[in-house]
Amino acid sequence: MLHIFCPYCGEHREEAEFRPKGQAHIARPLSPEQCSDEEWAEYLFFRDNPRGIHHELWVHATGCRKFFNVTRHTVSYEILETYKMGEKPKVTAESLAKGGRS
Amino acid sequence: MSKVAVFNQCPGSEVMAESPLAHQSSVKGGRALIVTEHAFLGHLILRGQADNESLKSAVLSVVGVELPLQPLTFVLNETTGASVQWLSPDEWLLILPAGQEYEVEQNLRQQISGHFSIVNVGGGQTLLRLKGDKVFDLLSKSCVYDVHERNFPVGKAVATTFAKATAIIRRPNEQEWELVIRRSFADYCYRWITDAGREFDLTFTV
Repeated sequence: MLHIFCPYCGEHREEAEFRPKGQAHIARPLSPEQCSDEEWAEYLFFRDNPRGIHHELWVHATGCRKFFNVTRHTVSYEILETYKMGEKPKVTAESLAKGGRS
Repeated sequence: MSKVAVFNQCPGSEVMAESPLAHQSSVKGGRALIVTEHAFLGHLILRGQADNESLKSAVLSVVGVELPLQPLTFVLNETTGASVQWLSPDEWLLILPAGQEYEVEQNLRQQISGHFSIVNVGGGQTLLRLKGDKVFDLLSKSCVYDVHERNFPVGKAVATTFAKATAIIRRPNEQEWELVIRRSFADYCYRWITDAGREFDLTFTV
């Protein structure tokens, strides 16, 4: 059972209160009608599946019902940070490669 | 001042109202765990930006309490029994004495400016009050949230899972707990509570 910190409620909650919503930071193309089929399919269907650091979108479904971001290690399941919508992650694969956790 | 049409959802006395637990029967038991349904209270969901001054002043003048901005808290107006609860950074739950929701909604709409919404959700949920020495035991075996005193002081309110269903757990004072449950889950929660409370000689008044 994961123990997840909700950045809006400001405390750790049980995993059962949350739902994962897939990869975070997917930018919608600014002009969809200008996209090629390949670009549009890339946006709609293709997702990263990294071994290691993954930035994910989660929703606090039975709590405050806010979406937020989670940086999770896909091998150890360790959650390295959670941060609000619109914010940038502090822990990334690059920052870890440079010298451990920030 | 908003132009949204608001209508009185409270039927008059000529229309029979039924609580979500109307079809269930009361359970007679001891005094260690007493659950009482408080049906037909006014439930309003207020949404808006927390930095909207008119929102804060309207809640203060209409409901008589400060809008809670601290997460997981709610404030109670001791004189009227009305309460305002923080649900999320831009969402609050107002629970009002029965029959006041129409007037309160209109007054709030008159006084709040900017981007906001008020929805009457009174038909969708109901409130249970729990008291007795065994409430802690019932709650701790029914939900994953830590309801121990050190984590759940008076004045705290959390939306969490209760018996796998979505519910709001609130603590208005030392002796009492409140449970706000969905209408569609009321029957399930009733059955869960009567089953879970059997070992504590539950009394359930509907």
